[in-house]
Amino acid sequence: MNSNKQLQMNQRTVAQIWLTVIYFFLILFSVITLIPFVWMFSAALKDNVDFFSSLFLPTGDGFLGIAWDRLTLKHFHKLFTEKGIGQAVLNSVFLASSTSVLATICSAMGGYALSKYKFTGRAFITTMVLSALIIPGPLLLAPGYQLLYNLGLLNSYAGLILPHLAPAFGVFLFRQTMLNSVPNESLESARMDGAGEIRIFFTMVIPIIRPMIGAYLIITFLASWNNFIAPQIVLQSPEKFPLAVAINNLKGVYAEDYGMLMAGTVVSVAPMLILFLLMQKEFIAGLTSGAVKG
Amino acid sequence: MKRFRTTPLWAPWFFMGPFLFVFLTFTTYPLFQSMFLAAHQTFGPEHSAFIGWDNFRFLLSDPRFWKAFKNTLYFVSGSICIQLPLALALAMLLNRPNLKGRALFRLIFFAPSLIGMVFVAMIFRLMFEKRTGLINVLLHSVFPSFNLEFPWLDTYLMPALILASLWMHAGFYMVFFLAALQNVSQEQIEAASIDGAGPWQRFRHIILPAIAPVASFICLLSIIGSFQLFELPYILLNNTGGPQDRALTIVMYLYETGFEIGDLGYASAIGWVLALLLVGLATIQRTLSKKEEQ
Repeated sequence: MNSNKQLQMNQRTVAQIWLTVIYFFLILFSVITLIPFVWMFSAALKDNVDFFSSLFLPTGDGFLGIAWDRLTLKHFHKLFTEKGIGQAVLNSVFLASSTSVLATICSAMGGYALSKYKFTGRAFITTMVLSALIIPGPLLLAPGYQLLYNLGLLNSYAGLILPHLAPAFGVFLFRQTMLNSVPNESLESARMDGAGEIRIFFTMVIPIIRPMIGAYLIITFLASWNNFIAPQIVLQSPEKFPLAVAINNLKGVYAEDYGMLMAGTVVSVAPMLILFLLMQKEFIAGLTSGAVKG
Repeated sequence: MKRFRTTPLWAPWFFMGPFLFVFLTFTTYPLFQSMFLAAHQTFGPEHSAFIGWDNFRFLLSDPRFWKAFKNTLYFVSGSICIQLPLALALAMLLNRPNLKGRALFRLIFFAPSLIGMVFVAMIFRLMFEKRTGLINVLLHSVFPSFNLEFPWLDTYLMPALILASLWMHAGFYMVFFLAALQNVSQEQIEAASIDGAGPWQRFRHIILPAIAPVASFICLLSIIGSFQLFELPYILLNNTGGPQDRALTIVMYLYETGFEIGDLGYASAIGWVLALLLVGLATIQRTLSKKEEQ
């Protein structure tokens, strides 16, 4: 009976050791993951003189051994006053929010039609959407560019927003969600009560799938904010550039000014990090729901 | 009096309409147009000459295309063999019962995938520098024999790309694995370990089969994404393929021919080769996962 107790003790110690090892690796990987962020933020805050003399924040006699007084916001100041990066921020905000809101509405409506109505052509459209999932984006670059040229939409926001309003992925995602979570019976009973089709969609269906709508909004917002190749091809006037393109051009002008480059990157990256911190639960749930359940 | 109100004919088309209109205009039409373009040589969007299969014939003997193909394949295999096992390992560490701080770790690991490729490239471009770059300095301080002049952005471009993409994507795929692992029954694992199954056997016979469908989907997702690598090398190398095209990828070559040289036809041909490759891979994945189910 003694040995039994000892065995239990041993097992507990082994489990404890395992947990410690796991924590060690998790913390190690977390540090490795965070280093580039810390490095980027510190590079944006220090003078170019300090850039080469210190890896992260400049060392000195201040609190925690850091020379706080040598940190500077001048890169940010210069970006907003001289380089007009504020315009690029506004462009990015406008492009990402209009694209994500409109794409979400289009996808939710399309997914609703495909999952909750019977109509001729439904099977055909569903197959079309499913096959479109596999089309690689780059294949459509050349013909898409030619189409925008013919429509006179080059160098316009319409040319950038319109093609992104009908993502096959979005319709597919909403179709799956509605098949699983919107009960046909309640739609039927709402119809019996005389509710119109459009009213049913906005007052009944939308509230049920709200979590999915939130997740999809963030996914498309992020995708649009981070998109580089489309604005690079479609837009020509610098005052229309979103951050991704503007920052790449900054690189051409300030190749050696690392502080400026990193400050520009911080301006582009920080909003996404904050947005994610605020809405991470919805985001991750929405992201994985398609893959794991469907 | 009608007892059941059927749905009006216009309703599905009302909901389908916006999506369908945009989808047909900006996905279906360009898809067909790209076939037409692939049989032409073009000079900008306006002038083109029919050349039949010549684009594809030329492509097969184009050394730069094969270089791009080889580089892309290198990147794809590097990504899959390192990224996915690491993502799975992280997920398994995080999935351990009674682990504290799971949400925080998940948040940290996921954070890099919020940053667009452009911005990741901006950060890593400076971190990969010789002598002053963070990566060489850190490696040198941990392993003093590591050469501070290690030429990441010159000779070791592909490993550099794989490393940057590892930082960016490991946490992204981890989230999917974690979601899948949380559906594996904990009782089954405990029962197996009481029966004397070691960690490897438990992994091989219980966990792996349970997450196989998600794992094969993640694999496909990662392959499709890696095959379309563009922004990371493009920005890392100042809008070129690097010395001797060492980091030229398929999509970079497509972009260069289509939008720097102006031959939308040849770009479309490259796009089609890429598309056929991905369709082939997806078909293989589907047949394999169907076999698994039987």
